[in-house]
Amino acid sequence: MVNNVMSLSRSGLKDFVIQRATAVVLALYVFCIVGFYLANPGMDRATLLGYFSSLPMKVFSIMAVLATVAHAWIGMWTVGTDYIREHYFGAHATTFRVVYQVGCLLVLFVYALWGIDIFWRL
Amino acid sequence: MSGISSDSIWLDRGRCRTGSPNKVFCMHTHRPVNLALTKFSFPLAAIASITHRVTGVALFVGVAALLYLLDIALASDEGFAAAQSLLAQPLIKLVFIAILAALTFHIVAGVKHLLLDFHIGDSVGAAKIGAQISIVVTIVIVAAAGVWLW
Repeated sequence: MVNNVMSLSRSGLKDFVIQRATAVVLALYVFCIVGFYLANPGMDRATLLGYFSSLPMKVFSIMAVLATVAHAWIGMWTVGTDYIREHYFGAHATTFRVVYQVGCLLVLFVYALWGIDIFWRL
Repeated sequence: MSGISSDSIWLDRGRCRTGSPNKVFCMHTHRPVNLALTKFSFPLAAIASITHRVTGVALFVGVAALLYLLDIALASDEGFAAAQSLLAQPLIKLVFIAILAALTFHIVAGVKHLLLDFHIGDSVGAAKIGAQISIVVTIVIVAAAGVWLW
């Protein structure tokens, strides 16, 4: 039996909307970075630093970090609850799934702190 | 679930013959389960869908590599040079392009997914065309990026 105890918002509809809102933020962020890269061939560190240290870009970067964490959690939760269940993993499926989920949360916690540190210290 | 055989599943009371409060054990799972995944012929839309999922999980790992490269490249001039020399190594460059390929497909398929949410292209025929377009667009972008970066 799989339930939604560990889903981000405990609401499938809310998770659905958050998944899409964060997807839009992340897609726009990637477009900005790719555009910046293409506009600056043979980039040096000063250019890179200048781009990421502007205040709007710092805000956007940290927003992207948080969006990544939420987006990845909803995605990994969905994958975990689809596959790590009794049908495939037997009686201990719930144990395996919780271990998997806690592992994912730890990784995402590190990503959150690491990502915020990278951009905030600039 | 303690005390209950792992060969059993739980069903909501409404689907059980034996009435009892909440959920009751009432059915064995020795019924045939036909999930011979290797024998199925999956439609292209299904392959695109599972690839969207696989690339998502790959990106969960790949984000660490991207954060690491950005971290050292921004931290110091030595770090920037180190990131450049890392990306110059063929194997690392290949992995980097693979991460970009996963990201590209994930975004392209994600845009398709948003269109499907608005019921744009969600008929059987359109879904196949959508899957074809997303695969072709990804290949074109990744090929161009691969040539550019290599």
